[in-house]
Amino acid sequence: MKKLTASRGQVLYLRRRLANFAFILLSLAAALFGLIWLGFILYALVKNGITALSPRLFSQDTAPPGSPGGLANAIYGSFVMSMLAVLAGAPIGLLGGTYLAEYSRTSRSAHALSFVVRFINDILLSAPSIVTGLFIYEFVVVPMGHFSGLAGALSLMVIVIPVVARTTENMLLLVPDGLREAAAALGAPRNFIVKTITWKAAKAGIITGILLAVARISGETAPLLFTALNNQFMSLNIARPAASLPVVIFQYALSPYQDWHDLAWAGAFLVTATVLTLSIIARILDKKRT
Amino acid sequence: MRSEVSFRWLGLSAAFVITLIFAGVLTSLIAGSMPALKAFGFGFIFDETWRPTRERFGALGPIYGTLVTSLIAILIAVPVGIGIAVFLTEFCPRTLRRPIGIAIELLAGIPSIIYGIWGLFVFAPWFQLHIQEPVISAVGNIPVLETLFGGTPFGIGIFTAGLILSIMILPFIAAVTRDVLQTVPAVLKEASYGLGATSWEVMGRVSLPYCVSGMVGGAMLALGRALGETMAVTFVIGNAHRIEPSLFAPGTSISATIANEFAEATSPLYTAALIEMGLVLFAITFVVLAGAQFMLRRLETAKGHK
Repeated sequence: MKKLTASRGQVLYLRRRLANFAFILLSLAAALFGLIWLGFILYALVKNGITALSPRLFSQDTAPPGSPGGLANAIYGSFVMSMLAVLAGAPIGLLGGTYLAEYSRTSRSAHALSFVVRFINDILLSAPSIVTGLFIYEFVVVPMGHFSGLAGALSLMVIVIPVVARTTENMLLLVPDGLREAAAALGAPRNFIVKTITWKAAKAGIITGILLAVARISGETAPLLFTALNNQFMSLNIARPAASLPVVIFQYALSPYQDWHDLAWAGAFLVTATVLTLSIIARILDKKRT
Repeated sequence: MRSEVSFRWLGLSAAFVITLIFAGVLTSLIAGSMPALKAFGFGFIFDETWRPTRERFGALGPIYGTLVTSLIAILIAVPVGIGIAVFLTEFCPRTLRRPIGIAIELLAGIPSIIYGIWGLFVFAPWFQLHIQEPVISAVGNIPVLETLFGGTPFGIGIFTAGLILSIMILPFIAAVTRDVLQTVPAVLKEASYGLGATSWEVMGRVSLPYCVSGMVGGAMLALGRALGETMAVTFVIGNAHRIEPSLFAPGTSISATIANEFAEATSPLYTAALIEMGLVLFAITFVVLAGAQFMLRRLETAKGHK
């Protein structure tokens, strides 16, 4: 009788050990699942992208199928639109995030306002970019009467602002209140405290946020489809339609021509290399801070 | 004192710009879809017909595609994402924790269009040959499964789109789950380990139940992303305005339809119908994202009290 209960206990123990082992294996499998996809995608990008890389990509404009062409106008268009978007969007996001972090506690009305703005900002942060692009289409493209690089840059700016505002607020909230209180006790006004102390303390984090915003918009395609559209030629005038790497990748990949497919892969390789480099730099900066 | 006032106003106007963008999105969507709203009314979202040549537009097909692909994505990504988070917080050797964590986060950094081109040229052909064909012949005569997974192996289709979406949202779920797992008080875990519980028992009966609301919030945030994801889906969903019972059949989603057809929409009513679909998408994602914020705010308050 005694022996029986002992073995029953052993069976139970064994079963619990087995369940635990299965659990560890499953969680390991989940991690491998994620890593395998990353490997699968990067491998395909390198394999198809490297072979299609050539100096021609950077020196020649897009061309009709069959004739040799590059991606110069698309690279230039992407660069200009992203730069404009960041130059216009980052200061707005920075100031907005600063207001949320530094001024929401100054009065009851500021607190209520910050609550609403924070909510709206977080919705915009994750809202589909194809929908926010429609907003620029209605307010810029329709009144102008045609697609333009300017509209493209504005549609990217709409994506930059919430990203920068959110990271700025998060980073400023990490700055200990003791710093603010010490400066205030010396008689420094709030704007002086923000500009000379909290911004400085949160600098690395804020730059990280801006870099992440650049990474996010360099691969952004959907809103450009109905704001900047595309342009077969190099266009220095931002009031004209502009080419961009993601839109060219989209059109070329869905075309039936093999040489266009190769260019699409080369473009995809360039975009991914840019985005991943930016995110890794952002992570390194972020690590230094913490 | 003057610079203090002007600085405050600067911040206030930046905050105002953020609300203005939101209001602008909403008004432009409503104003732009007016012609279609007047022509079709509420029937728009229950009608499957999509015949641009006859000016007949119904959004049921794309709405179905958006919901079903996102549902597939969530069903795959939630368990796997939680698994990744558990592995990284509990079992991963300390030296590998950071590199593996960053690698998983990079999945979220890869732009949507890259998932699209990879999905179309690399994944779909592989999936067609190695998964779809065997599955379709295996479920040949089994009821229910036959309807869900039957038909022709195209490679592209609703299921492929859902699967690729699940990879894209994995990092969000893993990241939020990792964050909430860190809020579990150590004493709770130590107490149950002290009673002799295994890792599985601690996780399943103590840690995960403690984190439910945070994980639901993370899943909703990921769902919001999946619903609006455009380029990846556009490449692999097949762009067919039909609703078919098989998950392997081609379909379309709201975002894919707008991306594909907006530039070629010639009549005002066609454009308006596409913008109205954008409005529907915005409404759906708004509800989901607001829910996510509600759940995650509670989490932050809990963190604050810790």
